[in-house]
Amino acid sequence: MRQKSKKLVITFDSTADAMAMECSAQSNGIPGRIIPVPSEISAGCGMSWCADECDAPRVLSDVENHAIAYLGIHYLMMY
Amino acid sequence: MIYFDNAATTLMKPPSVPQAVAQAITSFGGVGRGAHQASIAAGTTVYRARDAIASLFGCTDPRRVAFSVNATASLNAAIRGMLHSGDHAITTAASHNSVLRPLYYQVDHQGAELSVLPVARDASIDYDAYVRLFQPNTRLVVLTHASNVTGDVYDVARMARVAHEHGACVVLDCAQTAGSISVDMNKLGVDVAVFTGHKGLFGPQGTGGMCVSEHTTIPPFIVGGSGIRSYDRAHPPVMPEALEAGTLNAHGIAGLLAGVEYLQQTGIETLHERTLALTQRLEVGAASINGIKLYGGHAGHDRCGIVALNVGDCDSARVSDMLSNDYDIATRAGAHCAPLMHQALGTEHQGLVRMSLSSFNTEQEVDVALNALEDIAHIVFPPSANQCAVPTKAADNQSAPFAEAANN
Repeated sequence: MRQKSKKLVITFDSTADAMAMECSAQSNGIPGRIIPVPSEISAGCGMSWCADECDAPRVLSDVENHAIAYLGIHYLMMY
Repeated sequence: MIYFDNAATTLMKPPSVPQAVAQAITSFGGVGRGAHQASIAAGTTVYRARDAIASLFGCTDPRRVAFSVNATASLNAAIRGMLHSGDHAITTAASHNSVLRPLYYQVDHQGAELSVLPVARDASIDYDAYVRLFQPNTRLVVLTHASNVTGDVYDVARMARVAHEHGACVVLDCAQTAGSISVDMNKLGVDVAVFTGHKGLFGPQGTGGMCVSEHTTIPPFIVGGSGIRSYDRAHPPVMPEALEAGTLNAHGIAGLLAGVEYLQQTGIETLHERTLALTQRLEVGAASINGIKLYGGHAGHDRCGIVALNVGDCDSARVSDMLSNDYDIATRAGAHCAPLMHQALGTEHQGLVRMSLSSFNTEQEVDVALNALEDIAHIVFPPSANQCAVPTKAADNQSAPFAEAANN
């Protein structure tokens, strides 16, 4: 059974930015995956990047190194 | 079939294009409409297509590439979004109706003003006359990179420089040049470069779009679903969603990506040289046939793979139909949606036969077409008669004489 754990969630201004993140992750092995934006952050639609909190330093470093445009960085307790 | 209608749609595509479409149509979900694998597969393919298009056009940011269904849709969005009441726009008589009609709409319904730079009988334009068209309220210049009638490529860099000196933005219609010759929007100095996927980029029909420079804003033209900010009343202004309301044609864009990758791997210059050699072979051969009239082709600083011609005064529709029906050679006759160009060339009644080549055509096909043109010229100009054996459009509304002549 899934347990709640602390996750890094990165939001984007556009779907194109989210897909840029996905493409970069596929090429560079960035941990995490695309998820729908959690409603705690924003109601409605959209894509965000979710990774385990322990991978946050690596993810955030890669985001900066590969100049991925993002909107916000959040930490949430999530299933 | 010998296919010489590539200026309308390229028929011969790299094999990777249909393969990409077939693979996409059985595996893609909606772009940006879900976080599952089918949606992500579509989304990443579309993003890679943005990246490839941005690279091809010298656009600095893939997010500034907005897809649409064709060049016409993007030209409407750009022209109607950038030209407002009291603004003045300039275009040239080489423009296609996809440029002219949105401009006319803004004039007729939005109170904009328009000046059209004439084209000379040889398809050239007077760059000094262009400079004189600018007014204090000139906000937009919409240029056709290459005439879709004659293939002449105009000196856009020179015209864009002048436009910017006058504070105007430049929208470039690259429908004929994208994929056919190098188009670098930075080097050319254009603010918006509009492309279609189904011609020189070797993509499927129903794909197109525009590259928008960093300092240019085009408001949403069609509004609706965006996949983001769903509770906002207004369509989000963020690029590229601002110009991409509704579900994208990701299946088609997958094919477009394959076409662009083929161009990048093979080299546009290499393909252009091949097309140009075929074009020159066709033109030189056609010029040697008695009664053939050629139009344009030497008015610009480069050209696309088009040979525009007529056989005497014979209706271009008749000649094109003979080529199709008797020789299985596909061409396009008529006005080519470019009415001002035909007025300039003096072909508004006769139209002309456009033979448009691609790098997939062969010298053998060109030679077959030249033999066909020679045959048709003999039909139109029988050795024993001075008159056109096939009545012109203006003089004849009956099909019988044509059938009789065609059977000669």
